[in-house]
Amino acid sequence: MKLLIKNGTLVLRDKEVKADLLADGKNIVKIAQKITAPADCTVIDASGKHVLAGFIDMHVHLREPGFEGKEDIESGSRAAVAGGVTQVCCMPNTNPVCDNAVVTTYIKHRAAEVNLCKIHPIGAITRGQNGEALSDIGKMKAAGAVAISDDGKSISNSYIMRLAMEYANDFNLKCLCHCEDANLVNGGVVNEGYNSTLTGLKGSPRAAEDIMIAREIALSESLNIPVHICHVSTYSGVEIIKSAKERGVKVTAETCPHYFILTDDIITSYDTNTKVNPPVREERDRKAIAQGLKDGTLDCIVTDHAPHSLKDKQVEYPLAAFGISGIETSFSLSYTYLVKNGIMSLSQLSQKMSLAPAQILNLEGGELKEGAVADITIVDLNKKYKIDSKNFLSKGKNTPFNGFEVYGKVEYTIVDGEIKYKA
Amino acid sequence: MSNLFGLQKLGAQVYLYAPATLLPKDIEKLGAHVAKSREQAIEGADAVMGLRIQLERQNGGLFPSLSEYAKFYGVNDSLLKYAKKDAIVLHPGPVNRGVELTPQVIDGEKSLITQQVTNGVAVRMSILKLLSEYREKNL
Repeated sequence: MKLLIKNGTLVLRDKEVKADLLADGKNIVKIAQKITAPADCTVIDASGKHVLAGFIDMHVHLREPGFEGKEDIESGSRAAVAGGVTQVCCMPNTNPVCDNAVVTTYIKHRAAEVNLCKIHPIGAITRGQNGEALSDIGKMKAAGAVAISDDGKSISNSYIMRLAMEYANDFNLKCLCHCEDANLVNGGVVNEGYNSTLTGLKGSPRAAEDIMIAREIALSESLNIPVHICHVSTYSGVEIIKSAKERGVKVTAETCPHYFILTDDIITSYDTNTKVNPPVREERDRKAIAQGLKDGTLDCIVTDHAPHSLKDKQVEYPLAAFGISGIETSFSLSYTYLVKNGIMSLSQLSQKMSLAPAQILNLEGGELKEGAVADITIVDLNKKYKIDSKNFLSKGKNTPFNGFEVYGKVEYTIVDGEIKYKA
Repeated sequence: MSNLFGLQKLGAQVYLYAPATLLPKDIEKLGAHVAKSREQAIEGADAVMGLRIQLERQNGGLFPSLSEYAKFYGVNDSLLKYAKKDAIVLHPGPVNRGVELTPQVIDGEKSLITQQVTNGVAVRMSILKLLSEYREKNL
């Protein structure tokens, strides 16, 4: 199976070039000015379009097994490829929790059946995500887990967290840390500040996130073991990570489009689609997150894709589920608010969405080059559209971005040299 | 630890392999080599020794489960092939059968475990005798 992408602009690690790209089987075999189509070759004319390494979203909730009303591996995969995402890492807060090799194997099996994007399970750090006893981390790795996380909550016992980091490191697995001091959150559902006062919604202070970021960094530094910080939302968290990186701590970090686009002004609508954990915060935070991405403090953009069904969101704000269905809008939002706004180049955005996650989790792909795997996304940067969650392929229609006008439409998504999505 | 001191005193090079959660920090400074894999630890060894997982320590959560420990840190016949042909298998006992060592290894022809345990009694008796004599002489 050969695939030729002609006349496009290739987005490489450090520059954009007008060139053709030929994939044979699973790999990119040639990148050159003009490539003549060989026999039995599918040809895509990418004139006026940009060709990027397929996006890797290392923080996604696919909900299967257990919560198929919200999403399943098939609908989540369809949504992923519609968003240009070729590799997905899925969080373990399913039912049963992915804290053992049987569930890991099940997810890999379902992913192979669905056969759209690549799916990499993330194992739970502790059994049942209870924060008490380590899961069978080695066995999950052997079954295909690429990292461990108790996403959705922090492990409050620092000793258990320390054991997890040390034990997992022997298996070359990183802990992906959701940073939240549950006692300090104390039932808060939005950012603590003017808007929480105004709305009467219970606030959660930045410190609830920052304390845990600082703890994970302290453990990482003391043990000399790499750690990854999930969905950073505070300006102060960015500062903590920045200073740790400056003194050589092996810390990496991610953030999501809602943290560099939105502020908590949106909660005054009481729309539960604005409810997300950690909460969107203030302008100062929003700016610092964008700046952190630009200067490299924040390594990558993920979605924390958290699809929910209507009944989880159509309730009073404090009772609504946390989360945003984001995998289909991630590129357009990031392109519009980071590249079109002049904060970073398209190459830099591509690094944030593909290369960095590949490097952090030691995955294939992440970059367009000869010999690399043919995971490719073709986008039309000039195409402007209005986000409408009715068109989402995800079962989760919960987004605060409805009505936002964005640029950059995904036209094709190619996985292992095969077209898996066409707009 | 006493194994490390004793074996080195008798001229042995000691290679360790264990989860990081069970390995004392900076143990290399006491002369031990920390291997990166079971194969590397066993490669060319004259003697392969399993150490008892203290089941009571399981409550401390230092590793996830006995079955995971057995799978990634236990010694079986195929791993023993990395040792010298005439290598011996040791364990201070009591062995958790199927955890540190498989029953095939424990009961195999390379195993000197029962002899080691028998000798251990005599060694402990002599140590106690020597210590009490030393104390008497120095009182």
